[in-house]
Amino acid sequence: MIVYLNGKAYKAKPDETVLQLALRNGIYIPHLCYHEKTGKAAKCRACVVEVEGMPGLKTSCNLPVSDGMYVTINSEKVLQAQRVVVDLALSSGQHDCLSCEQNGDCELQDAAYYLGIERPSFQLYDDKYEMDDSSEFIRVDRSKCINCGRCVEGCNYTVVNEVLNFGNRGFETKIVFDGDLPMGTSACVQCGECVQLCPVGCLIDKRAIGSGRVWELEKVETVCPYCGVGCRFEVHIDRKREKIVRVTGVEDSPTNNGMLCVKGRYGFDFVNSEERLTSPLIKENGKFKEASWDEAISLVASKLSSLKKEFGSDSIAGLASAKVTNEENFVFQKLIRKEVGTNNIDHCARL
Amino acid sequence: MTNDIAGIKKADVILIIGSDTSAAHPVIAARIKQAVREGTTKVIVIDPKEIVMADYAEIYAAHRPGSDVAVMNCMMQEILKNGWEDKEYIKERLEGFEEFKAEIMKEKYSPENVEILSGIKAETLRKIAELFGKAKTASLYYAMGITQHTTGRDNVWTTANLQMICGNLGVEGGGVNPLRGQSNVQGACDMGGLPNVYPGYQKVVDANAQAKFEKAWNCKLDNKTGITVTEMIDGAYDGTVKALYVMGENPFLSDPDQKHVIAAMEKVDFMVVQDMFITETAEFADVILPAAAYAEKDGHFTNTERRVQRINKVIEPPEGVKTDWEIVQLIANAMGSDWNYETVKDITKEINQLTPQYGGITWERIGRFGLQWPCPNEEHPGTPYLHKGKFARGKGLLSPIAFKEPDELPDEEYPLILTTGRVLQQFHTGTMSRKTEGLNNLAGPMVMISVVDAEQMRISNSEIVKIATRRGEITAPAFVTKRILQGVIYIPFHYKESPANVLTNPALDPIAKIPEYKVCAARIEKVL
Amino acid sequence: MKFYRSHVLVAIDDNSLKAGVKEIETQLRIELEKNNLTDEIKVLETGGLSYFGTGVSITILPDQITYLNLKKEDLSEIVREHLLKGRVVSHLILNTTLTNKYNFNYKNRVVLENSGIINPENIEEYLGTGGYEAWEKVLTKMKPTEVVNEVKASGLRGRGGAGFPAGIKWSFTAPLRAKQKYIVVNADEGEPGTFKDRLIMEGDPHKLLEGIMIAAYAVGASKSYIYIRGEYKLCIHRLELAIKQANEYGILGKNIFGSGFDLEIEIKIGAGAYICGEETALIESMEGNRGTPRSKPPFPGVEGAWSKPTVVNNVETIANVPSIIKNGADWYNTIGAKCCRGTKVYTMMGDVKLPGLCEAEMGTSLRTIINEYGGGMREEKSFKAALVGGAAGVFLPNDMLDVKMDFSSLQEYGAVLGSGAILVMNEDADLVEMLWSIIRFFRHESCGKCNPCSNGNTVLFKLIDGIRKGKGKEADLDEMVRISEVMNKTSFCALGQSPYMPIKSAIDNFRIDFLARMK
Repeated sequence: MIVYLNGKAYKAKPDETVLQLALRNGIYIPHLCYHEKTGKAAKCRACVVEVEGMPGLKTSCNLPVSDGMYVTINSEKVLQAQRVVVDLALSSGQHDCLSCEQNGDCELQDAAYYLGIERPSFQLYDDKYEMDDSSEFIRVDRSKCINCGRCVEGCNYTVVNEVLNFGNRGFETKIVFDGDLPMGTSACVQCGECVQLCPVGCLIDKRAIGSGRVWELEKVETVCPYCGVGCRFEVHIDRKREKIVRVTGVEDSPTNNGMLCVKGRYGFDFVNSEERLTSPLIKENGKFKEASWDEAISLVASKLSSLKKEFGSDSIAGLASAKVTNEENFVFQKLIRKEVGTNNIDHCARL
Repeated sequence: MTNDIAGIKKADVILIIGSDTSAAHPVIAARIKQAVREGTTKVIVIDPKEIVMADYAEIYAAHRPGSDVAVMNCMMQEILKNGWEDKEYIKERLEGFEEFKAEIMKEKYSPENVEILSGIKAETLRKIAELFGKAKTASLYYAMGITQHTTGRDNVWTTANLQMICGNLGVEGGGVNPLRGQSNVQGACDMGGLPNVYPGYQKVVDANAQAKFEKAWNCKLDNKTGITVTEMIDGAYDGTVKALYVMGENPFLSDPDQKHVIAAMEKVDFMVVQDMFITETAEFADVILPAAAYAEKDGHFTNTERRVQRINKVIEPPEGVKTDWEIVQLIANAMGSDWNYETVKDITKEINQLTPQYGGITWERIGRFGLQWPCPNEEHPGTPYLHKGKFARGKGLLSPIAFKEPDELPDEEYPLILTTGRVLQQFHTGTMSRKTEGLNNLAGPMVMISVVDAEQMRISNSEIVKIATRRGEITAPAFVTKRILQGVIYIPFHYKESPANVLTNPALDPIAKIPEYKVCAARIEKVL
Repeated sequence: MKFYRSHVLVAIDDNSLKAGVKEIETQLRIELEKNNLTDEIKVLETGGLSYFGTGVSITILPDQITYLNLKKEDLSEIVREHLLKGRVVSHLILNTTLTNKYNFNYKNRVVLENSGIINPENIEEYLGTGGYEAWEKVLTKMKPTEVVNEVKASGLRGRGGAGFPAGIKWSFTAPLRAKQKYIVVNADEGEPGTFKDRLIMEGDPHKLLEGIMIAAYAVGASKSYIYIRGEYKLCIHRLELAIKQANEYGILGKNIFGSGFDLEIEIKIGAGAYICGEETALIESMEGNRGTPRSKPPFPGVEGAWSKPTVVNNVETIANVPSIIKNGADWYNTIGAKCCRGTKVYTMMGDVKLPGLCEAEMGTSLRTIINEYGGGMREEKSFKAALVGGAAGVFLPNDMLDVKMDFSSLQEYGAVLGSGAILVMNEDADLVEMLWSIIRFFRHESCGKCNPCSNGNTVLFKLIDGIRKGKGKEADLDEMVRISEVMNKTSFCALGQSPYMPIKSAIDNFRIDFLARMK
């Protein structure tokens, strides 16, 4: 199926929308509410385009492609409408990019930049919202909310915790937790799906505040160390301090589709913990004393060797770990089986 | 899991028994809830606690802890009585049906009798059997609620029986799906972190397997099965085990009957603990070796659906810390060996060579999203669900499983049933999760008690109470709720300040050697 | 059967109830007894007379004299003078033109043919006017496709505002195979200055039910919902009564007339949000969700309530159906304009002598409607503008008075028929105030789903509010047009698209009113 975008032909998949086709081909159309996971919402209306043979403007996020469709994305008519629409969203809240955590990763900022909107033209925001800091890990700053609905959709249809919804209506519309409780007293389990989906700086990781700009952080993909689901996530690291700043779920992962739980997303403090051991310890007279690696290793090796000699291999037992890698478990059982010479190896699979 | 995570939504009916899914496996729970919301799947929850998943269930039933075999045998009796079983599947793919049927059809598994055994109304049992039995594809999810019993093995066999007679094994969306509780518990088992098998479940008593590893490693290997973790503790206690090498585990909090564990660790001659922190267990060690965290190394974890996934080094470990494999190699070589792994990749290669299921899961091939074993060679696409077409052993074996009571039942002195488990915000012995202050603020120690019991004992919410069993006693704040069966109390085991395993019964399943964490007799008292 | 010399029709609707009609009716009966007239004069309760602001009114037949704004003490005079002696009590008629207009108003009625004449709470009276004959005809003599084709041929267009041909709408749903289909009647009537549906339901609830039954049969729906706003207490009461009666008569329910066709009608009560008049928001609300519009496609006809094929029709649309079936599409084609057949029920308010409902053929000019049905301008002041189509309508100036009131003719002027609301304004009217209140309304009723509507209306309101307070400048007028035009092009549903029309027409035609507020 061929679809024309700005006069150029593109091969389209039968079940995609014009926006998906454009994004897949690296063509930007401003959009604030569409997210591949929460799907078409058609709420922000920033993604309007012109289609030959259709009256007026059409939102591309819910416009299915059809063969021979001729779509114009960059006409003045389209851009003018987009400018007003994005300007309205920008004017509806207190979007101070300078101090906003989302700066550099903000979809509203991207849209405004693309359309050349320097500052909001309409004076709409009137200090109507107080910051909700009641939740342990998540800050809600409704003055930055653009009511895109991704968080509501994600809470109800992705993680299905059914806590978030919209309250009030019209200009007073706002996201509410359990019918407008503070987030911290609602039934929210703080999985952070809403934070991950939020295109602006409304729902943010509380602990990442002030911990580095988006572009200063490096992202590396790995797997969650907690339960056995094996959620894939990205760790955002501040290289200057070798410190983990935040964790986000990998959207295209088959195990978790971007979802995480409160532990996986926020329980990473142990890695950078002050309590981490940094030197081997040897107990002398009931007290631990720091030792060098050489000392410690040779003590362990000689103790194991002598016990093996004196009492036989089966007097030694090893506990492998359900929290280390396959490779490490492999070498550990090899150590116990080959070097110690016993099958006395187990781990806490049953516990 | 015999099946994969993506297949969750392919089930028409899902039975959750013995898994607080949204607390212990929240992302799997989310997928089940999605299926319910989309209207494609109906859920049955059987659990003494009215867990969050019960809110999404078509039928929720609270059963007395330890009555799982009775409940599932009853379901199967009803299914056979009404002809809802998959007759063709039984004929083609299973064996042992007649002996199995003889047990199942016994009067003691009639809904009326099982109502007495389990506390679930006969009428509800019939409804559960009908919903499950009539489903085109049904899947079964369980976790430690099924396994941590003296009848753990029986329970697991029974889940398999149920799925086999309904023809739900080896089909997309079906399966017996134990949810693995730790990031790499599957991998630790796969890699031979068990006393009876080499990597890839090759039995140590199998001479061929022994020969294979002796050749690969150029050494002599022992051909008798080793001892399990609980037996290690017993051995340390009675002096047969002289040295314990503990890598990244915390038996102090995770093993049953803490008093006994402490005594054993005090007695053992030499103990090495390799960990990130001075854990409760490490306090008893002679040597502690500082190990790197998951984020500080490369390698692979294998998840609950047998998916081997790459973990990547995210940050540098603190100075002075080594990865576990480096430490182990140093010890091996210090013991006179000549190990020569330069990078993790060298180990991965050896795993590929010696572990048939991992044969095709090579470092180069694995990609971002991994591969599901078995994957015997580099051309194999991996296996989303097991037993397709035929069982690993040929025909599926139905075993007649008789219901047995738990080891310790309530009596006048200890009138309540104590069951233990996890909460959403904490993980296992807390070594990792409790370092995040916010998680501690969200979830501290507690004992969950039914409103009825609490009222009888005049216990109010958040009141500190004493919980006692034949092993010992602890204190914890009471969490009074309607969401637990009367006569049952529940304590999460994460907390060293209220260690549930002071209380638990060390009685083991005779074959699986798993302790009975899910049932013991207990008593609650007010603290004055 | 007993014959009476005269009938007294007591109009009972929401307005007259508030004005104490029950007490006055009791007084009427007392007076009749006092004068020994109970054997000669029969008192009948009917639906409303379609006039507004007329308090308690009674009509005496066969004289066709209507008394308005009655008080309890007026009854003895009416009974004594009119009913006993045959002399019209002229000072209680108040306005002599009214009696003539009453007759005028009642000719050519289709939807309101029984309103004010029969007792809406008695199914027998509806049956007596030939009610449910169309239903019987459909069930016994017609196939569903024939019904759809007949309605198609009639040219009936939706009366909710958009004017989509009803038969074509039905023809999308009718062939679909589904376990369940629904007919939903949109009785949410939220357009400001519109209450035609209320009076249709109050005056003749069985006509609506009969229309539903025919529509349900035509598309194969076994369940119907009437989504009605909660304020319409009397409607709800009368519809519930009518449903009960229809069930008792076997006209509704299981296996109707032995045809094997089942139908259940249920009333769903809305909470009065303007947005819930939009069909997909109505469905959301009906399902128990927040009332916000859904993305189309899928259209409700394919995937509507609870994802099942659902036909949503306005009350007036459905109320046209029984007559079309009874008299045939050819008959219907003799009424109204070429583009849109039949009649239209208007709610006419403002500076006319006779505000209230009127039913006129499609294509009747605005001038005729104002002068003939509305009795002309009140206090003989001159006409300035008419807001046609409700808040989402267009301000028509003097030179458009001869525009024909139908979908196509109005469209030529960029205007809409909308809900059929006509707000007539005389020379004293101030368009700034009018527009201010319209925009305030939209701002208040915006559901908040889409950005251009919720934020755009707030911007518009700030601008008009500034102008109203004398702080505006001329550029604000162009800004309002510019923003509302983008809203018109980009908003999710008709609500956000609507402000453009009143704004553009007010500013284009009455710019001078706005400039007068600027120094």
